Amino acid sequence: MTPVTPNSFASGPPALIGLGPIAWAKKNLFSDWFNSLLTLIIVAIFSWGLWRLGSWALTMAQWPVIPNNFGLFMTGTYPPALYARIWVLLAIICALAGLSWGVLARNVSILFSRNVRLGLAAIGAFIVLFPPTRPSALKLLPLVALVAAMAAVGRQGGRRFPGVGKWISLAWFLSYFVALWLIGGGLGLTRVSTNDWGGLLLTLLAAISGIALCFPLGLLLALGRRSALPVVRWLSTAYIEVVRGVPLVAFLFMGQVMIPLFLPVGSRPDRVLRAVIALALFSAAYLAENVRAGLQAVPRGQREAAMSLGLNTPLTLGLIVLPQALKIAIPAIVGQFISLFQDTTLLSIVGLAELLGIGRSVLANPAYLGRYAEVYLFLAVIYWVFCYAMALGSRKLEEKLNTER
Amino acid sequence: MRKLGLLAAALGLTLAACGGTTTTATTGGEGTTAPVAGKSRLNVVKERGKLICGVDGGIPGFSFVDESGKYSGLDVDVCKAVAAAVLGDPEAVEYRRLDSTERFTALAGGEVDMLSRNTTWTINRDTQVGLEFAPTTFYDGQGMMVRKNSGIDGLEDFEGKAVCVETGTTTELNLTDQMRKLGVNFEPVVFQDADAAYAAYDEGRCEGMTSDKSQLVARRSTLPNPDDHILLEVTMSKEPLGPVTVNNDSAWYDVVKWVTFGLFQAEEFGITSANIDTFKGSNDPNIARFLGEEGTLGTDMGLNNDFMYAVVKNVGNYGEIYDRNVGADSQFKLERGQNALWTDGGLMYAPPFR
Repeated sequence: MTPVTPNSFASGPPALIGLGPIAWAKKNLFSDWFNSLLTLIIVAIFSWGLWRLGSWALTMAQWPVIPNNFGLFMTGTYPPALYARIWVLLAIICALAGLSWGVLARNVSILFSRNVRLGLAAIGAFIVLFPPTRPSALKLLPLVALVAAMAAVGRQGGRRFPGVGKWISLAWFLSYFVALWLIGGGLGLTRVSTNDWGGLLLTLLAAISGIALCFPLGLLLALGRRSALPVVRWLSTAYIEVVRGVPLVAFLFMGQVMIPLFLPVGSRPDRVLRAVIALALFSAAYLAENVRAGLQAVPRGQREAAMSLGLNTPLTLGLIVLPQALKIAIPAIVGQFISLFQDTTLLSIVGLAELLGIGRSVLANPAYLGRYAEVYLFLAVIYWVFCYAMALGSRKLEEKLNTER
Repeated sequence: MRKLGLLAAALGLTLAACGGTTTTATTGGEGTTAPVAGKSRLNVVKERGKLICGVDGGIPGFSFVDESGKYSGLDVDVCKAVAAAVLGDPEAVEYRRLDSTERFTALAGGEVDMLSRNTTWTINRDTQVGLEFAPTTFYDGQGMMVRKNSGIDGLEDFEGKAVCVETGTTTELNLTDQMRKLGVNFEPVVFQDADAAYAAYDEGRCEGMTSDKSQLVARRSTLPNPDDHILLEVTMSKEPLGPVTVNNDSAWYDVVKWVTFGLFQAEEFGITSANIDTFKGSNDPNIARFLGEEGTLGTDMGLNNDFMYAVVKNVGNYGEIYDRNVGADSQFKLERGQNALWTDGGLMYAPPFR
């Protein structure tokens, strides 16, 4: 019996937030006999599944296939002698990520809050406990430290120079080309044929390039479909409807197999490039519909008000309509990006050694025959991490842009 | 201002996109393999300094990527042999991974110089698809795996029993044909995916599992108790697998064909990568011609006269390639069987090198 003060009777509706764990469970899980039964059954099924998975992972699974082929999963058949270039690229990305984080969080009182410290410690502990291969684990730790250090720098810099944000955007933009240069070589570096780009490297590169290409194209198509000019409108609509009626695999096969037949002898674009373009052209049609939904959600009054202020059409679009439409469409657009990221797995069907494709090659190695469960579980975790990160990012962006609070 | 920035960002992305295209295009340096009219692929390969070879990239024992990121396997060694013959360097190969649906288009379109990708030689592919098949490097055939203690000795014993098979492959059709011929009522259990089929066999859902023999043996080694399973003495189909080139390029086809024959011939002579130097200056005129010390066999084809020396020295003879990838020295331990030399009762036979 807990002593009850008379005051608590008079305090209106019960506060839900302060519910203790037992009370919470009682309210949500065991409110009547039926719910209790359901809870017990589901808990039993889940724990049985987890138990089976755990005992498999700890006793039956043979994990060496992952660390022994870690380089393959990350970069495919990229020459190991040039891995240093990938590390440099990783360092640049870590530094930029840390800097952006610091600048974005410049107004937060404590940069390294308890959750962040816990997260960093968890990543560090993970690297030390499960080193993919020893030397690379040693290189990963400084990278984590680099992110933290650049975050601190970014926070200070962000406070002193409030306009630094656009320079960081520019740096990200330029880093894309630096990445292509570091990966592919040329201009003083040894060339690496796109044929040797593979693994997670190719997956990410294809996804990022695809997203960067499909966004502007999708935007234009969406605007075109709502244009007052009939030819533009018809062409945009036709493009969107045709592309949405064709499966992506067919699109990729056309890119890999058909296009070389149409092009004149000697001018044959690179295979990776063809695949990226096919991905982007495909996603653009879906993206256009997402953006169009956003455009339709912007009230007519906004446009009319802009017109009455004397803004011309491009300015109305750029300053009034698009910012609002894109904000509304963020969840759908990010959903499209996530699905584009997952669609890159189809590149393995057209013979590019991206993450799933290189997994197939590793599984064909006689030393690792039959290690399907381990490899596919590992790949699933990688895909989940990236997709969840994108979803998390979109949620933060939505919160940041939410002006109706 | 901020909203203008957004528009600028969108514009920037467009520019980034365009920039991205050109950059990627230039980085794909070796990507162009365009055939030049009237010019043999042999000269194209020589000028490029690199052979572009189409492989599968995911068939145990035939082509896979090892831990150091290098392609290996029986199919891959054939590519290496051709590269050693033409360019003198077995590593001067760029491997293209090709799906079974795009392999012929890729070859016809000039994406790859040759295929070495588990391709079955059929009359239709030879005459209608426009391909030239070099000598078979692996005679495969559809087989049947059963449990040792199941008491099944032949296909007749499958009356009323279940067989696991992949759907949509010729394997499924061959099985049905054979069973219909024998008048056996069996129960096919079809799977979309090879992994699922073998897992079902392992769990005991089917009494038999059918696929190409080489694959059955490879998969058997991954089952919990490999010795509990045996392959029946039946062959339901003929699967001669070998390298492929495109029609109407005799010079290039001859090179691929005779390099492959050379691998067999080297084994017949008893020349291996280890002992090849002891054959230099041999009194046997056949060996002297074979290694390019006499005659003009190599230069007549547009290669170095000692092209077979480069091949065997770097890649080994056919027996070495077989043992290393699928035979005695591999974990599959496949018998030579039909893949033995004709002198040992097999089908591997090279016409004379003279």
